[in-house]
Amino acid sequence: MDMKATKKKLGLKEKYAHMTRGLGWDTTYQPMDKVFPQAAFEGIKIHDWDKWEDPFRLTMDAYWKYQAEKERKLYAVLDAFAQNNGHLGITDARYLNAVKLFLTGISPLEYVAHRGFAAAGRNFPGVGPRVACLMQSIDEVRHAQTQIHALSNYNKFYEGFHAGATHQIERVWYLSVPKSFFDDAFSAGPFEWMIAIGFSFEYVLTNLLFVPFMSGAAYNGDMATVTFGFSAQSDEARHMTLGLECIKFMLEQDPDNLPIVQKWIDKWAWRGIRVLTLVGMMMDYMLPKRVMSWKEAWEIYFEQNGGALFNDLAKYGIKVPECITQCTVDKEHISHQAWATFYQYAHASDFHTWLPNDEEMDWLSAKYPNTFDKYYRPRFTQWREMADKGERFYNNTLPMLCQVCQIPMVFTEPDDPTKICYRESEYQGEKYHTCSDGCKHIFDDEPEKYIQAWLPVHQIYQGNCFPEGTDPTVEGFDPMLKVLEWYHIENGKDNMDYEGSGDQANFAAWRGMATQNT
Amino acid sequence: MQIDLRTVAIKPLRHTFDHLVDRFGDKPASRYQEGSYNIQQEHIFHYRPSWDADNVLFDKKRTKIRMQDWYALKDPRQYYYGSYTIARARQQEAAESSFEMIEDRGLAELIPAELRQTALDVLVPMRHVEWGGNMGNSYIAAYGYGTVITQPCLYHAMDHLGVAQYLTRIGLVLDGPDALETAKSAWMSCPNWQPLREHVENLLVLQDWFEIFVAQNLVLEGLLNPLLYDHLDADFSAKGGTAISMMTRFMAEWSTETAKWVDAQIKVAAAESPENKAVLSDWVKHYRTATLAALAPIAARAFGEPSADVLADIAAEFNARCAKLGLAV
Repeated sequence: MDMKATKKKLGLKEKYAHMTRGLGWDTTYQPMDKVFPQAAFEGIKIHDWDKWEDPFRLTMDAYWKYQAEKERKLYAVLDAFAQNNGHLGITDARYLNAVKLFLTGISPLEYVAHRGFAAAGRNFPGVGPRVACLMQSIDEVRHAQTQIHALSNYNKFYEGFHAGATHQIERVWYLSVPKSFFDDAFSAGPFEWMIAIGFSFEYVLTNLLFVPFMSGAAYNGDMATVTFGFSAQSDEARHMTLGLECIKFMLEQDPDNLPIVQKWIDKWAWRGIRVLTLVGMMMDYMLPKRVMSWKEAWEIYFEQNGGALFNDLAKYGIKVPECITQCTVDKEHISHQAWATFYQYAHASDFHTWLPNDEEMDWLSAKYPNTFDKYYRPRFTQWREMADKGERFYNNTLPMLCQVCQIPMVFTEPDDPTKICYRESEYQGEKYHTCSDGCKHIFDDEPEKYIQAWLPVHQIYQGNCFPEGTDPTVEGFDPMLKVLEWYHIENGKDNMDYEGSGDQANFAAWRGMATQNT
Repeated sequence: MQIDLRTVAIKPLRHTFDHLVDRFGDKPASRYQEGSYNIQQEHIFHYRPSWDADNVLFDKKRTKIRMQDWYALKDPRQYYYGSYTIARARQQEAAESSFEMIEDRGLAELIPAELRQTALDVLVPMRHVEWGGNMGNSYIAAYGYGTVITQPCLYHAMDHLGVAQYLTRIGLVLDGPDALETAKSAWMSCPNWQPLREHVENLLVLQDWFEIFVAQNLVLEGLLNPLLYDHLDADFSAKGGTAISMMTRFMAEWSTETAKWVDAQIKVAAAESPENKAVLSDWVKHYRTATLAALAPIAARAFGEPSADVLADIAAEFNARCAKLGLAV
């Protein structure tokens, strides 16, 4: 027998290489560019896929083992939560509006991330990045599903969740903000996808997106969401290392990649930061027990941590995106401007709004000494006075939306917080409006893409947002009510003020049942 | 005696999400249902994909198969991420203990040389075939339509990677890293592997995702898996190569389990319309011929003279399976 007497012991790295990249081969019966048709069209040049450094080394057997262990624990907690009326442990039912924002705005993105990473996991000619992308793809379907499962129990007791995680993201006006972000990334090629989602979203911005929601859950007694958050933490860590490896790999492969990568970083940083407006608003206004202000989060997680990251990338020639200058101004404004918008359009939203109370306004003054008392307190005070007189202010006209980020044009000029900022571009004889230099820049670079945007306000005015068979000529036709019906928002239950809502009344009654004897 | 724990009972406002009430009635939904139905966006997309400008991001037109309701293609195993990983974790634990036992006790050295060589020559190069299976199924997970079929295809893609890794381990156990080198060079240039490699590469350039599903998951796996994990495995066991069977146990169980899922998809799609049935049947006929031709030299290496009979048996079983699924093949 020619069996080797002593087998060479394989190192982990070597063994992992056999288990992954050893599986691939250069096809000869079919040309490689037909097998990998998306590898070249974005202009990124890769000379040697073998130079890819695996960001983590996980074989499938280990993956199944670790992940199954986490799933068993997570579902045990979710079952206990459901069995023991865990929903009554939250600080206040008002908090759940942040969770609604998460279910309708974030969970559907996890799903699209799953599909997009499956595509990346098919399209890169290198086996190493493909395996890593596929693991992220399956993690992302985990996140979409575990979020839906964690929040399913709230749906049983509270309004605003019932439409589920997908119906509204395609339709509701403000949800086109996160949706168009992911549609934008997925409709680009695989390399841009990795910069957009793998790097910008999962690496640079994750501490400002995922973490604030999970911390908010921890601070507000939401055991379902925070358990999910802890369970997803190690997945997220893997995703971050993948995003970082990917950008380094692209930059190391060819100097010609630098300008393309820089352009994408600039674009996706700005695109991402615009989406984060919703998170800023959630942190400053929607949590009964607040974690930190948006401005503080921005300073810690972007200015400090992000600064260190960009220092690290400077050796490749990467520069901090220009738009960051505007962000240092914006951090004092955007959360207030966004909440003011939702307050005015509370009738068209799938969650409740309210005005900050005195204690909350004082907190905001302390956190935003340069701006809150000067620009925003007077507005909230005025609205409170109007509401007290029974003249609660609703804005009944629809706002113009930015052609790129799709946020209503509510942001102000960087040098004048009393003046709405808007920019104009012309393309093929039509005028298009954007909310900022950052968005205008993105539009001007790819106008043929952004003119395709499905802008919810335009669509409402064009009559495309009514249930099938709606006849707008009948007497008493109320377009807003028909739009809500099409959105699947139950007027008077899901929308309007928290004060006086069913959620508020039920929570008080149920908590009473659980804590008192009468 | 039964003990009666009292709890504060609050009557819920609703049982589940509206779209599940519409589909299944007003009752509590399972985790499979909540995590799978209608979670792919359907109607409104902002930008045409730069890589497929004729279609929207998730588009029903990426296959010739037509379904009134794509969510009819449900997974009989009801796998969502949690139940899938927990099921596979159990199976990998059993596989792991087999490998450990073989490694600890040096059982591989007791395998008769001829069988060991057959395993090296036939099983180990199959890791590349599995990798092709991974690629086809990740394509479906990306570009298919409706989570109830795209989700299990991603699980299936990951399973193929797992199987490729188990086959790699078999190579390492039997002959160390050299086994992998030898298998790779056989895959790339040995004449008896070329028809199969050509076939696998042909599947890598298909555009219609349901065609990939048929060519890969129904036909290739439907013919190859019984060859390896049924017929060849029986050979190994009969001739003193139980250690090899122990190392392929995962694959044997997995192929039986996944075949049931594949069958459920084909059956429902074929029953949907005569047009679907015709398209599916044509695909099966075309890929059956191609697959059997590609497998012939490998079967010859595995079984010698009787290989034609083995393949004929497998083809007959496969045809009976297809007939049960309502195909005209």
